[in-house]
Formats: sequence, C-alpha cells, structure tokens
Amino acid sequence: MDVKYTYYPGCSLEATAGEYDRSVRAVCAHLGIELQELSDWSCCGASSGHSTNRQLARALAGRNLALAERVGLDMAVACPACYLQLRSTCREVRDNSQNREELVRLIDMPYEARYDTRHLLDIIYNDIGLEELKKKVVRPLEALPLVSYYGCYLVRPPEVVGFDDSENPQSMDKLLAALGAEVKDWSGKVNCCGGGLSLNRREIAGRLVAEISEMACRAGAQAMVTACPLCHSNLEMRQADGKQNKLPVFYFTELIGLAVGIDEAASWMRKHLISPSSLLASHDL
Amino acid sequence: MQYVAKNVSIIGDTGFSPKVKEASGTNIDRCYQCLTCSLDCPVAFTMDYLPHQVVRLVQLGLRRKVLTSDTIWICANCETCATRCPKDVAIPRVMDTLRAMALQEKVVEKGKDIVVFHHTFLSNIRRWGRQYELSLLLQIKFKTRDFFSDLGLGLRMLRQGKLKLRPPRLKDVTGVRAIFRRIDQSLARGEWT
Repeated sequence: MDVKYTYYPGCSLEATAGEYDRSVRAVCAHLGIELQELSDWSCCGASSGHSTNRQLARALAGRNLALAERVGLDMAVACPACYLQLRSTCREVRDNSQNREELVRLIDMPYEARYDTRHLLDIIYNDIGLEELKKKVVRPLEALPLVSYYGCYLVRPPEVVGFDDSENPQSMDKLLAALGAEVKDWSGKVNCCGGGLSLNRREIAGRLVAEISEMACRAGAQAMVTACPLCHSNLEMRQADGKQNKLPVFYFTELIGLAVGIDEAASWMRKHLISPSSLLASHDL
Repeated sequence: MQYVAKNVSIIGDTGFSPKVKEASGTNIDRCYQCLTCSLDCPVAFTMDYLPHQVVRLVQLGLRRKVLTSDTIWICANCETCATRCPKDVAIPRVMDTLRAMALQEKVVEKGKDIVVFHHTFLSNIRRWGRQYELSLLLQIKFKTRDFFSDLGLGLRMLRQGKLKLRPPRLKDVTGVRAIFRRIDQSLARGEWT
C-alpha cells in the first residue's frame, strides 16, 4: 500500500510539542506512511487569526493549502486546530467561487482546492487500520488504564471535520485498545479544556482542566491520551497548578511508538511536564 | 445564573442584526431561545451575557452592549453550541464577527488581556511567519505587567526543552507579510471580515 502525504506540523510541534512531532514522524515511518514535510509552511491562521479576522485566517491557511497543492498530495496534519482551520478554508473555497477569488487575491497564488486535509488519527485509524496496527505491536500496553481525550476540533464542527462521531467518538479508544491498553469509557472525551484561554485567563482554563482530570480519575484512568498539542500543554500546565492527583498526558503517537517497539519512545516522554515514568514502570513499560 | 437579558431597552440599531447575519453567514433569526448553547457552553460560568442572550441582543440591535461585552472574548470557540444547536445557528461564527466588529469600531477597552494576547500572537506571525512561542510568552508578560504568575512553569518548560530559543526561519516570510498588508488595506477600506 502506498500511503503518502505532505505533512503540515504546525507551530506548536516545533517547540512546546516537539515530542509530538518526533513521535509522529517515527510512528509514520514505522507504519509505512510516507510524510513529506510541506516546504516553507507558515502559521495556519487558527487561534488569534481566526478569533479576530476571518479573512486573515483564511488567507494564512490558504497559503499553506496552495503550497501543498503544488506538491500534489493530500495533506496530513497533527494539530486539530490547524486541521480545522485548513479544512474549513478548503471547504469555503469549494462552496463558493467568490471565496476562492478573494482568497487567491489575498495570497497571490493559484489555488483550486483539489486536495484534502486529514488528521493523522484519521489516517492511522482508517488507512492503516487496527488489524495492521495489531500485527506490529510487540510490547502491548497491558492493563494500562487510559482515557482518550478528543477535545474540540477533531470532532467539531462535524460538517467540517467529522471523521468520527461528534459526541461519542471511538477511533482513539479502539486504537488504544488495539495497542493492548485498558481504555475506560467516560463522558469527558469531547469537553473543551479551555486551551485557548490557558495563557490569558488561567483561572478559566484551570477550572476546565480540573473538571476533565477529575472525570478521568473517576473513570479509573491513570493517564489521559490526546491528539492535540494545545490540549496537551494546557492539561499539563493547568493540572500542575492544582492540588489534585496529577494524571500524565500522552500523545496517541507516543503510545503507538511505545507499543510497536520504537526505541526512542522513552526519550519523547522525557519532555513532559508531568512525568509518566513511574506509571509506565509500574506496568513494566 | 440569570437566563433573561437584564434591563435592556429594546430600541436598538435596526441595521446591526442584518450586518451581523451577512458577515457571519448565519441566520440568527432562527434562534428560538431554547438555551441549549448556554447550558452546554463550558465557559458560560464566567460570561457577562450568555450565548443565547448575545443572540437576542444582536436581534434587538443593542450594538454597544454586545460589542463591549466580555463574552465575545471569553468564548473559546469550542464549537459545542454550534454542534448541538437544534436550529443550526453557528454562534461561533457570530462571535468571530462580533470580535472583528469590536476591533474595527475600536470599542474594546484598552489593554484588555485577551485582545493583547491576540495582537501579540498575530504580530509575531507577521514578523516570523510562524509562531515563536518563547517570544510570545515574554511579550505577554511585559505587556500585561504580570511577571510572576507561571514563572516556575515557564522555567521548567525551558529546562525541558519545550521552548525553542531561536526564532523560526521562513524563506518566503515576505509572502506572509504581503498577506497581512492586503488585509490591512481591506480593513482600511472598511470591508467587514
């Protein structure tokens, strides 16, 4: 099977989420997904762009979409905020030729919206599939009690993203179960963690994170798993503020790396603010 | 929590609602005030007007009340309300529009924390083409004169290698800056975004 994508890492994966980037690249190489990093990519326009000026947000996304179109491949994205921003821009262009003309004028590059943008969770779950993944597991995450935390933009708004259910998504749950983990069912999986307010209204983000981590604890989980660099930072930073029992937070790709036996997996997790080492050691991982 | 818009005069700006509808691409007249948005909103507990009240205020043309509210900045754009609204009212798109209008009309209180954050975030993108997280954090500290909160956390992040010291480098950063310039020109012409 020839699985080939341009890869858009996004700003966070260059710094705060460096371990996510490293685990994505290693895991994709291991699973036979060829990623070609988009040359000279820029900010996707999510977050502040999208919050203050829709035209600007569209144009920033459009520049990257136009660059990817030159390569001639669908684009794989790691960050759900980038994923939504890129997908909704592509959709607006497809829906309406006036939007396309305006975008082309702003970015001064041709763009026809011929290719798709997909999240890596979607690609691993649907292109590779659970059966293939299971065959590659050499170190099952046996009895490791986890909850999968999807957050907002992997599943909402469903008409734009939506490779999974918007209220009770299952892809990450099934993927982690295929790695051998004990995946707990819980009702916090699509709650918002307030990541966008983490730096400017700490108390709001702190309250949302406390609610989510308490729910995860009540479900019997000893760690949370995410596919979002902004959720990861926020869940780690704002749990660190609180007094409650701190749950380690993993990227789903880190756990795939661990289970399929990629040696450097342990070094990715050393970057976490909440160390998972004692949890992993207690499960012989 | 109070569910009814408080003390509002209903003599508003009749041109406001059509403008918001057009710019947001959302027909807010479909809203029948069922409160699903406000009950499911994760940040409703800290808003001055709840999401369904914002919709009502826009319908009534109470422009200044809406554009100076904290709510439009607090909204985390989590898309929960839009996903669950039985009438398909895309409230996050309405919030996007109201924020853009508030900035355009210069009615936002000076130095408002969330606005300072957005401006700093975007000026970094304009300068580097990508976000330079370390510089973003330091600038926010200086601009809000809040030097001590999260200090320990920041230092730990530096130690763990979570913050890159060197700024990002793009070959075509001028292409990104040209996008910002064209946007400035559109705004100067008074085009709604």
